[in-house]
Amino acid sequence: MAGIYAVFALGLNVHWGFTGLFNIGIAGFFALGAYTAALLTSPAADPLLFEEFAFAGDWAQLGFLDLGIDLWFVLALAAAGAVCGVIAVIIGYVTLRLNDDYLAIATLGIAESVRLFFLNEKWVANGSKGLYQIPQFLEGWLPSDKYNYLYMVVVIVVLAALFIMVQRVMQSPWGRVLRAIREDEVAAAASGKNVFRFKLQAFALGAVIMGVGGALFAHHIRFVSPLTFDPLLGTFIIWAMLMVGGSGNNLGAILGAFVVWGLWVGARFLPGELADPNYRFFMVGVLIVAVILLRPGGILGELRRVTRRRGERSAVRLDDG
Amino acid sequence: MTALKAPAERVRLAWMPQYSVAAAVAAMLVVGFLPFVKMGLVVNGFVLGAIIATGAIGLTLIYGNLGFANIAHGDYMAMGAYVAFTIITGLLPLVGIEGQGFGPFTFGYSLLIALPLAAAVVAVGAIALDIGIYRRLRNRQVNPVVIAMASLGLAIAVRGLIQIIWSSEKLQFPRESRQVYHLPMDVRVPPDSIFIGGLAVVLVIGVYVLLTRTKIGKAMRATADNPDLARVSGIPTERVIWATWAIGGGLAAIAGVLLAVFQAQLLPSMGWEFLIPLFAAVILGGIGNPYGALVGALVIGVSMEVSTQWITPSYKHAVAFIIMIVLLLARPRGLLGGSA
Repeated sequence: MAGIYAVFALGLNVHWGFTGLFNIGIAGFFALGAYTAALLTSPAADPLLFEEFAFAGDWAQLGFLDLGIDLWFVLALAAAGAVCGVIAVIIGYVTLRLNDDYLAIATLGIAESVRLFFLNEKWVANGSKGLYQIPQFLEGWLPSDKYNYLYMVVVIVVLAALFIMVQRVMQSPWGRVLRAIREDEVAAAASGKNVFRFKLQAFALGAVIMGVGGALFAHHIRFVSPLTFDPLLGTFIIWAMLMVGGSGNNLGAILGAFVVWGLWVGARFLPGELADPNYRFFMVGVLIVAVILLRPGGILGELRRVTRRRGERSAVRLDDG
Repeated sequence: MTALKAPAERVRLAWMPQYSVAAAVAAMLVVGFLPFVKMGLVVNGFVLGAIIATGAIGLTLIYGNLGFANIAHGDYMAMGAYVAFTIITGLLPLVGIEGQGFGPFTFGYSLLIALPLAAAVVAVGAIALDIGIYRRLRNRQVNPVVIAMASLGLAIAVRGLIQIIWSSEKLQFPRESRQVYHLPMDVRVPPDSIFIGGLAVVLVIGVYVLLTRTKIGKAMRATADNPDLARVSGIPTERVIWATWAIGGGLAAIAGVLLAVFQAQLLPSMGWEFLIPLFAAVILGGIGNPYGALVGALVIGVSMEVSTQWITPSYKHAVAFIIMIVLLLARPRGLLGGSA
């Protein structure tokens, strides 16, 4: 689970940590990715379980591409990413020309619209009852009690691949431009960079990563419904992860995901009222504010490197923004 | 904002408010007379618009004066509603004030006492949070997006707090069902809606008078226009910021109570979900322009309600969102122009 959240934290790091895009609608991309994967791989609709449910699933069994369910899993991850990427390009095209706050509000709007869409359009995905019995990857290979270990390996492999990709991308000239935009948009534009294009690409890349995360989630929980993607577990906690771990640092994002998820799950075993989910909700918010006030760089600040030889850890990025 | 533009802007501010608001109201009424639109929905839309306006005016003032999008605004609204709930059900009965069905309304007259109290509590809370959090960030001269980020954290914390104190279950103000008024053209208006609309009009006029006739109001407008210039001309900007929070927080609390009356329920998520129409109204009217926010709120409110004639009511928020996106494409600075 923490691994899956780490994927989201990575995606958000591309948005906020590197490019300074303020996305408060992660839940929207989360849901889109999860639903895309679920719809692609779910077995045929059972009329008893799914009333009013006409379209879904069974694409794997349709036969025009006889890949077997396991290859479909890979395809579902890719498709989930692609769908989110396309949506991000559309939204980004409209809002990225404007100032940062508009983007925040637009992403909030997407998250809400996506949720309403899946809630109301019962023919797509069974409305509020959601989709269940989403097939597992490599189902039947291992006895079900050991299956979670197998899936953990899958998540770690995907996470590692994404990590290496984001890491490489951010060290490339392209990634440097993104950071330049984050620090000073006008200066970046003055050096002849098309700020809008770079932002759009970064927004799409982050959204693709979030989509993949959504797909991983769908195959892990094996159940998606519009209620799964509430702002708390879909958006807020991911922000807390990134802020705690250190925005602008991919390792930090992953570390933050594990730390915050550990705290989240661990708090359940605390005595008395502290285990109340409402307290934890409150604490997520306090955590974000506290990190901004006290340690703007998070646990691992951004690695600031001008040349390869001169590297220094720095936690000042939020101060001089 | 260039110096050359300032006088023109001033002239516009002087005549815009009354006319643009009147024009918006007239336009909406015309929509209502169209044969394929139900007048009742338009009237309902005005009521919803009045609630949005109460929240959005505060939001746009904060946006204009402090320069960041207060994502916690919706949760300040929810907080106001819950504080009022406690005053009505917990505190006032102790001094013997309780009951429901005051006059033609569903709620008791205790709500009238609770309204200003809740507004005061949230206003004080907003100022305290400003001193504790936002002022430090301001002094550090951080990017406004980071301040917005902090307000996201606060939004989560405030909602968490609401859930801790009042649980995440649905609550209701004590209420009594009431006869709705039947007006011509098949319009049915619950008396509560008249109360909401009337109070909103009073508040809007109050804010207008405050901004144009009082010293602090003029100082607020000057700060919104050009913070640095305001500071060098001796305007105490910190006090202006406090006043902004007091007005914004107070209005948010009242909007929250009105929303709770309108929906006949309180939910911790009611504020967060109301953010989209709020911001849509602010952006529609132009950021930092309170009159614009009023016009934007009416347009958004009426569009949201009228849309239910053709599409499922639960898509209302998506409608607000789509209007906002379309408008951003056509007029990025809002209908009436703003300071952003």
